[in-house]
Amino acid sequence: MTWGLVLALAAGAYAFKVLGLIVIGRRSLPPPLERCLALIPAAVIAAIVAKDTFSVGQHLQIDARLAGVGVAIVAAWRKMPVIVVIVAGAATTALVRQLAG
Amino acid sequence: MISLRDPRVRPVVTTSVTLGFAVGVFAILFGVGAVGAGASTAQACAMSLLVFTGASQLSAVAVIAGGGSFGSALGGALVLAARNAVFGLTMSRRLTGRLPIRLIAAQLTIDESTAMATAQQDPELQRVAFWITGISVYVFWNLGTLVGALAGNAIDPKRFGLDAAIPSAFVAVLWPHLSTRRGRQAMAVGAALCVVSIPFVPIGVPVLLSSLAILVALPAPRADELGEDDHVVGELPA
Repeated sequence: MTWGLVLALAAGAYAFKVLGLIVIGRRSLPPPLERCLALIPAAVIAAIVAKDTFSVGQHLQIDARLAGVGVAIVAAWRKMPVIVVIVAGAATTALVRQLAG
Repeated sequence: MISLRDPRVRPVVTTSVTLGFAVGVFAILFGVGAVGAGASTAQACAMSLLVFTGASQLSAVAVIAGGGSFGSALGGALVLAARNAVFGLTMSRRLTGRLPIRLIAAQLTIDESTAMATAQQDPELQRVAFWITGISVYVFWNLGTLVGALAGNAIDPKRFGLDAAIPSAFVAVLWPHLSTRRGRQAMAVGAALCVVSIPFVPIGVPVLLSSLAILVALPAPRADELGEDDHVVGELPA
């Protein structure tokens, strides 16, 4: 971790916030572009979940995390509060790891 | 300006503070992870103060911890930060006022503040919800980061399953996106692109590639989709 990365990320992240709220503001974008941009959270966050569940570095690996994330999916489906979803996922992973290891 | 004593404001404040607290717990994880990835306490805290968008911060830390380069850490984090521009578009119709105030509002334009604001009907309440949630999350996010960074070296994240806490939290964030057909398609394609590319490209790049999944929205919506909300907003985390 370097200060360069911290500052570059800070500048970039703030630029995006200002871009949406102030620069583009109330101007409307072409509808296909707006439709695509609205899907960024869904696409990217799903990818992060998949990566954090199935990979270690550049290797694919199935381990206790899959059980934890599976329980988190059930908790989210049962409309549990976010904090419950997080704790259930972590606790399940820790438990399975303990039992297996 | 609406009075903070207005009875309609109280439930908004309660929800905002609860949400802020939950995000604060999440920030502890970020602090632990950042220090684990080699950041100093000052760097972890500076990130939360200045970057203030959780998913990007976590992604950058995860890439660095996994041995990824500066470029892939920054690129992946900025792709995630781009969604705040989309939230800004949503909020720009509701937040008017002088430029300095809007420049401060920009830093607080994240998932939670946008979600809380758009959940209100009254325009005044929308503004109140945005500011209270934004400030509450900002305070708790930074406190949590400090606590996590200080505790960092004393905690083995795997022992407590904390490596699964982050994808679990993201599962909760993703839930609202399941309500639209395009949201489900984007999630499936994004996750598939990421997993398939992991063994073949440098760390951090698979998440970048997953953003290509937004192209599923290029064709015009079918008639039965026209009523669906184009701006589904996640609930957590920042």
